[in-house]
Amino acid sequence: MGTGCVTTKPVIEARGLDLTFQTSDGPIQALKGVDLAIEKGEFVSFIGPSGCGKTTFLRVIAGLEQATGGSVTVNGMTPDEARRERAYGYVFQAAGLYPWRTIAGNIKLPLEIMGYPRSERDARVEKVLELVDLDGFGKKYPWQLSGGMQQRASIARALAFDADIMLMDEPFGALDEIVRDHLNEQLLELWARTEKTIGFVTHSIPEAVYLSTKIVVMSPRPGRISDVIDSPLPRDRPLGIRDTPEFLAVAHRVREGLRAGHAYD
Amino acid sequence: MRSVIPILTMVAAIVVIWYGAAIGMNAQWARDQAARAGTTLSTSELIADTWSQERPKLPAPHQIVAELWKTTAMMKPTSKRSLVFHGWITLSATMLGFVFGTGAGILLAIGIVHSRSMDMGVMPWAIASQTIPIIAIAPMIIVVLNSIGITGLVPKAIISAYLSFFPVVVGMVKGLRSPDAMQLDLLRTYNASKPQALWKLRFPASLPYLFASLKVGVAASLVGTIVGELPTGAIRGLGARMLTGSYYGQTIQIWSALFAAAILAAGLVGIIGLVQRLTLRRMGAV
Ligand SMILES: Nc1ncnc2c1ncn2[C@@H]1O[C@H](COP(=O)(O)OP(=O)(O)OP(=O)(O)O)[C@@H](O)[C@H]1O
Ligand SMILES: [Mg+2]
Repeated sequence: MGTGCVTTKPVIEARGLDLTFQTSDGPIQALKGVDLAIEKGEFVSFIGPSGCGKTTFLRVIAGLEQATGGSVTVNGMTPDEARRERAYGYVFQAAGLYPWRTIAGNIKLPLEIMGYPRSERDARVEKVLELVDLDGFGKKYPWQLSGGMQQRASIARALAFDADIMLMDEPFGALDEIVRDHLNEQLLELWARTEKTIGFVTHSIPEAVYLSTKIVVMSPRPGRISDVIDSPLPRDRPLGIRDTPEFLAVAHRVREGLRAGHAYD
Repeated sequence: MRSVIPILTMVAAIVVIWYGAAIGMNAQWARDQAARAGTTLSTSELIADTWSQERPKLPAPHQIVAELWKTTAMMKPTSKRSLVFHGWITLSATMLGFVFGTGAGILLAIGIVHSRSMDMGVMPWAIASQTIPIIAIAPMIIVVLNSIGITGLVPKAIISAYLSFFPVVVGMVKGLRSPDAMQLDLLRTYNASKPQALWKLRFPASLPYLFASLKVGVAASLVGTIVGELPTGAIRGLGARMLTGSYYGQTIQIWSALFAAAILAAGLVGIIGLVQRLTLRRMGAV
């Protein structure tokens, strides 16, 4: 599934991407002239002020929104083809677990839909629950879990099937700083273990710098990319790395990029 | 247990008002009878008489209870005068109509949710159908069906289905549409088919709405059946009991049939409530 790409080609590539929403108040240009290439195994964060089109861009990649200009390819296919090939797992801002299913049942949902054999489902559930550090919680219902645990369950749900891309839209936006740190560490560990390509939307500069190999800074009206920063940080990152000068330098550059985006208004 | 007290208070108040009303409504008859016989009644005699007439304008509660007891527990269920017999006739037509009405309602709702043209083409008719007074068309349905040889259970069940499908359609359309855009998008990322989305997401999400509709629908079904039994000279069923009661001025019989219908409705709604609780518990609520 979705692995037919040539490794030298970017996994995700956008060229001159435009997207204009037709609303009752007239057209809204959400994305304008977006160029971006994401290589296999990269961890790319999208950061920018509210309304700059981060979610929209992620949705275009996922084939949930149609570009009105330019092109996007995912694994060399159109986003819609990639979606039909089940090339990616998408994690929304809200966990969105089905309240009538247990955690294990929720994780099985994509497996049932994609027709994984019954015998394989339980093994996969076990595996991903362990990946997100939720072993033993399979039989619980969502309301019995904290918000952070629910969000981890929704990540497990996106990991359960063999998609090599993960798209995550502010998955930790609603969580407190400590839980967030912990989840960030886990996410990095998980990324290292699974070698997935990750697109990650966030509002937090430290989070973006800590997680990413590439940081995409966006600015609003119309939404476009104002800076792309390839992180000089090593892939192996203890939490303490956030106090190093290299880290602070990258964070500084992201902040400058965001400020420039605002000043443009 | 604390909830029992307000309920008992309400019941007690109703019973007291009822006995009072029985005195007021039946007193004239008692006085007339006494006058005809050339006697006068003391107050206590008057009250005792108003509560024990054979054909009172308003029977007292104990008279109805006695009649209910007499026509259920004290009679063979196969007897033509047994309320169990008539209740069963009404219940079977109600259940048949309810099952068909609910089935049709669910199917229609699924169609409406998935097809815009059905939404626009069918929904107005469904609404219009409910503005026709059932009392007016029930006799027509019965007569027309009788003339083509369909009698007994089925015509009543059709009226019953007709009344119960609407709440189910309205509730299910709302329920099937209750999943938000994010949940539907999630299924799109899995490239789920429409039947999969229906079965895995829309249908489970609609169940609370379905049960609310079923409670309204089953009561409407019962009313439909009774209305179907009224105008046609039917000799069986609770509706027929009410009608013959009114021909012969048997108010106690009318009221006992009315109570039997109410008990039946409460029982049906109660059963649905029970199924609802069991289902929702299995689905992880609580
Ligand atoms: N379905 C839609 N219809 C019309 N306009 C839309 C739609 N979705 C997004 N927009 C508009 O597109 C612009 C970009 O929205 P988007 O949700 O991508 O922003 P964002 O960067 O994710 O913001 P936030 O950080 O607040 O989540 C906004 O101006 C928004 O109003
Ligand atoms: Mg967003």
